[in-house]
Amino acid sequence: MTIEIPKDKWSGHVREVTLGASANEGGTRARTLTVGGETTLPYLYFEGEIPHPPALALEIRDRKPEDWSKLLLEAWGDAAEDPAAWAKAAEAAGADLLYLKLSLTTADGKPNTAENARAVVRAVLEASGLPLAVVGPGQAEIDNELMVAVAEEAVGERLLLGTCEEGNYRTIVAAALAHNHLVQSRTPMDVNLSKQLVILINDMGLPLERIIMDPTTGALGYGIEYGYSVMERLRLAALQDDKMTQQPMMVTPGEEAWKVKESKVGEGVPVEWGDWETRALEWEAVTATTLIHSGADIIVLRHPQTLKRVRSVVNALTNGA
Amino acid sequence: MALSGLEIYKMLPKTNCKDCGFPTCLAFAMKLAAKQAELKDCPHVTAEAAEKLEAASAPPIRLVEIQGGNGKLAVGNETVLFRHEKTFYHKPGLFLRVVDTLEPSAITESVKQANDFSVDYVGIDLHLDGFAVEAASGDAARFAAAVGAVTAISDRSLILLAPTPELAKAGLEAAKGRPLLYAANAENWQAMGEVAKAAGVPLVVSAADVDGLNELTGKLRELGLEDLVLDPQSLGYKDDLQAYTTLRRLALKKNLRSLGYPIISFPGAVEGGDETLLAAQYIAKYSGFVVLDTFNPATTYALLVLRENIFTDPQKPIQVQPGIYEINNPDPSAPLFVTTNFSITYFSVANEVEGSGLPGWLLVADAEGMSVLTAWAAGKFDAERIAKDVKNFGIEEKLNHKKLIIPGHVSVLSGELEEELPGWEIMVGPREAVDIGSYLKTMWPKGG
Repeated sequence: MTIEIPKDKWSGHVREVTLGASANEGGTRARTLTVGGETTLPYLYFEGEIPHPPALALEIRDRKPEDWSKLLLEAWGDAAEDPAAWAKAAEAAGADLLYLKLSLTTADGKPNTAENARAVVRAVLEASGLPLAVVGPGQAEIDNELMVAVAEEAVGERLLLGTCEEGNYRTIVAAALAHNHLVQSRTPMDVNLSKQLVILINDMGLPLERIIMDPTTGALGYGIEYGYSVMERLRLAALQDDKMTQQPMMVTPGEEAWKVKESKVGEGVPVEWGDWETRALEWEAVTATTLIHSGADIIVLRHPQTLKRVRSVVNALTNGA
Repeated sequence: MALSGLEIYKMLPKTNCKDCGFPTCLAFAMKLAAKQAELKDCPHVTAEAAEKLEAASAPPIRLVEIQGGNGKLAVGNETVLFRHEKTFYHKPGLFLRVVDTLEPSAITESVKQANDFSVDYVGIDLHLDGFAVEAASGDAARFAAAVGAVTAISDRSLILLAPTPELAKAGLEAAKGRPLLYAANAENWQAMGEVAKAAGVPLVVSAADVDGLNELTGKLRELGLEDLVLDPQSLGYKDDLQAYTTLRRLALKKNLRSLGYPIISFPGAVEGGDETLLAAQYIAKYSGFVVLDTFNPATTYALLVLRENIFTDPQKPIQVQPGIYEINNPDPSAPLFVTTNFSITYFSVANEVEGSGLPGWLLVADAEGMSVLTAWAAGKFDAERIAKDVKNFGIEEKLNHKKLIIPGHVSVLSGELEEELPGWEIMVGPREAVDIGSYLKTMWPKGG
């Protein structure tokens, strides 16, 4: 007896979104990055189309971060001292996308400035031909000031600009509209809030083809199950043709995993936790791999070694084995 | 798949005799469907109908239980494809493979290390579930000795990896409790089935595809075996994701009993695979037993936490034990924060205080596992409750000040709290945990 393999057919699909613009599209990127387009759940190739593997991004900073784990700073070495060098190193490490986060202050402790943000973005664009995401430090007023300048500086590049949140999205969306960029729509682990912010951004006139949804996640051990299930629910809604949930999803397991005690510190923790470096790398890679299975289209990582490992998972899920 | 009330009704006598205690057969059928009544309450149901109804009420994925000298593990009985639909019920067992070709002292050492491993995660004791002993030597005496060496140290559950009935018998004799036997395949299924049946232990069936598995479980069921486990022969990330999803779907959506069994996986056996990350996939996507080739505390900790997270009931978030938590070795002059015992809330606050590098005391109030705003709205995080916890947990004796920092979202509580806690100064902290570091730097200059 041969068993018929059950196959799900869905009425909807994830929207395709392209980041970055090449020279003949009005930008200067050596390559562009398209994500989304899935017509079924993650990696079930036997029943649907998954035209693009999830993209792996590496997070870089406009200056050497003071709060990053020593393990990360050691891995990046001198590159972390200079955003352009860091961009090159991240490209060499195999990133599909650069995720540049701007700091709240400059090295001398003064608030970050529009001029500095422009200069850094310019330097990164010149150093690497990869598509680029740029996000503010996470304080509305400064975010807006910096992102407007960044949008103008990189006009036409189809950057991904963030972070748009419920309480602060209008200025960044307007800047993206005016200068041909995309936005990251971030909401705190809730299906309805995700949907609602996409609607609000779209209502301002930004096409859905220029919105990436960031449903937020927690690290392994620190709420990953909430993010995981919200992503599964969003993806199921998208496949059931709920239009405003059909944006590709981006998550930041690198940032989340390296924030937690398990990764960040090697002293004053229980001896049962084992070797610090092994644990830290497992934490980031397990968080990322789990989220790939809940439908992440863009995974932002921090450690170059994690990118290599997760890349091999992605390759295997995509090409077999 | 469970039958609806109407489907059950069609099989009942439809006499409305009320002997079951319900006014009509339809009412009884509805109660049966809702699992609020039992079929034995109907004295008139035909044997044929009873058989059908009982078969339909059996779980779509069989619960398979194994047991060591002491530790017990139950796997299966899952009812959904996605945890948000209900929950995942039975955590997959995590086992370490031990090969009998190792020197006895090496076996003892590796089992001891893995067996002793235990780590506390939000009050939950995480550890491995047992050991999979492999008869790689092909020698019955050597295999039995290896099994004996393992059980001498560990009373957790065992999986016996024995390719032939003779080896299986030798292993079973040396083992304690109710191990899982691996494995029956197209060639040896009959003899393996007899061995498992005689010993009363669950048996793994191993085949490369769904049809092969289905054929084998059918034959073994005819032989009288009920507790089976499926080995779809790990091939790696993509093929296994598709195979495991297919098996789960066939059991749940097509009600295919012959494939309604837990799955066993061997992430270390896949060539070129990353054992940890493949194990992570198996934990999230439908494995029942995960046999690891390597033990490393850092890795095992990560996988055990993942398992805990994925198998958390979405309706019942993990709670943290209420009490006083010390962060960065606080002294009596360190600031005191209060928050709720919802684990994510606790982690956010604790992490930010920790990340600030400044010492602090964190009072975790019993808010029934709700976040700050939810608990406040539900009346579980009010001035009375906080004041009670401040007194109960004896925080006053630990401090040389009487200042309490409350979450910014519940600033409205500060007046009431000052009434409930005479002599205390209530400070309103930031609304979001992420701002705690900067708050402390401005609002808590040295010594408060």
